[in-house]
Amino acid sequence: MTALQISPEHIWEALAGVPDPEIPVVSITDMGMVRDVQLDGKKATVTFTPTFSGCPALRVIAQSIEDAVKGLGVPEVEVRSTLTPPWTTDWINADARERLRQYGIAPPAPAGEGLITLEAEPTRCPRCGSLNVSMTASFGSTLCKRLYVCGNCKEPFEGFKSV
Amino acid sequence: MSLTEQQKTALIARLTALADDEIILSHRDSEWTGHAPILEEDIALANIAQDEIGHALMYLGLRSELDGSEPNQLTFFRGAREYTNTQLVELPKGDWAFTMLRQYLYDAYEALWLDAARASSYAPLAEVAQKAVREEKFHLQHTALWVERLGLGTPESHRRMQDALNVLWGYTTQLFVPTAGEETLIAAGITPDPAAVKTRWESLVRPHLERSGLSIPQGEGVTVSRQHHSEDLLYLLTEMQSTAREYAGAKVW
Repeated sequence: MTALQISPEHIWEALAGVPDPEIPVVSITDMGMVRDVQLDGKKATVTFTPTFSGCPALRVIAQSIEDAVKGLGVPEVEVRSTLTPPWTTDWINADARERLRQYGIAPPAPAGEGLITLEAEPTRCPRCGSLNVSMTASFGSTLCKRLYVCGNCKEPFEGFKSV
Repeated sequence: MSLTEQQKTALIARLTALADDEIILSHRDSEWTGHAPILEEDIALANIAQDEIGHALMYLGLRSELDGSEPNQLTFFRGAREYTNTQLVELPKGDWAFTMLRQYLYDAYEALWLDAARASSYAPLAEVAQKAVREEKFHLQHTALWVERLGLGTPESHRRMQDALNVLWGYTTQLFVPTAGEETLIAAGITPDPAAVKTRWESLVRPHLERSGLSIPQGEGVTVSRQHHSEDLLYLLTEMQSTAREYAGAKVW
């Protein structure tokens, strides 16, 4: 048997092509969900971190990772999950934030290590950039989003929660 | 750190109590799915319930690492005598004011417990707390707004919120009753001291309830152990577990 002609970089590239199942304009690597890729002989181990703990897409994501890596010809793939360090929206890269905005989803504000408060963080309209927005629902179509309407351009939009 | 046998037993009891509260409360929340006053709130409450189930799964995952138990088995094949949730979460869902207020009182407790548990000397628990606390703050913001909106709204919304508080307040005491052997966990910095969490909880919710035009009832509250349940839990479990029990061993539902 010959050694695999691929490197961890190839695996990272393949994972960059795996879309987030709920927001397909960004990939799981854009979202900062893939933490580590190890290649040992014919076995690849990919460690990822869940975004929201109750996210129903987690199994789909784990399966997509396995499929993408097997698609490179790696016979054995293990997908692990980790909670350390915890995923926050600060892991979403700058390029993906811009794509979220163009897609009509306000990207998350910096999450930081805030205290527990009863107030929500400021959000900007993804269409006109105005801060004159109001939240119309604090939860949205998926666990990671909430609903807003812009007071300036009057458009409703979804915003990523800062977590 | 490695746990002593005594700490392990106590931690299993605490993790199970945390998970049981989440499972039962999220089931009560799910009873609103398709029936909430408006679509956005239907979605919001379903989101909250989904998060709480996610948290329950994390707590039972931690337990599983300690004793090899299986989360689905614990959830669907334990009877009311074995569940260790508080009575607060098993009470029937009531009206919207009751549901929102219960969720608010619980969210504030859970958020503050998790906030303190981030410093746990048991690393796997600290990791879970770091994760869950970030989600919990959204629940709290949401339900806090409902408490204000209904408390300061119309005479009817105020009356319903005050009625709900009169019933629920006494049940909150049970959230802070230590679980079996918990003192060994507190001494080792593994879990937060419920008394300290209660102090922070009261300083958060009392002024907020008062600002929302509500009067906090006097009295001692429910301090029975988590083994004591109302009849309501029996009916809830019968419904929640019926499919799993009917098709025990099924690989796909």
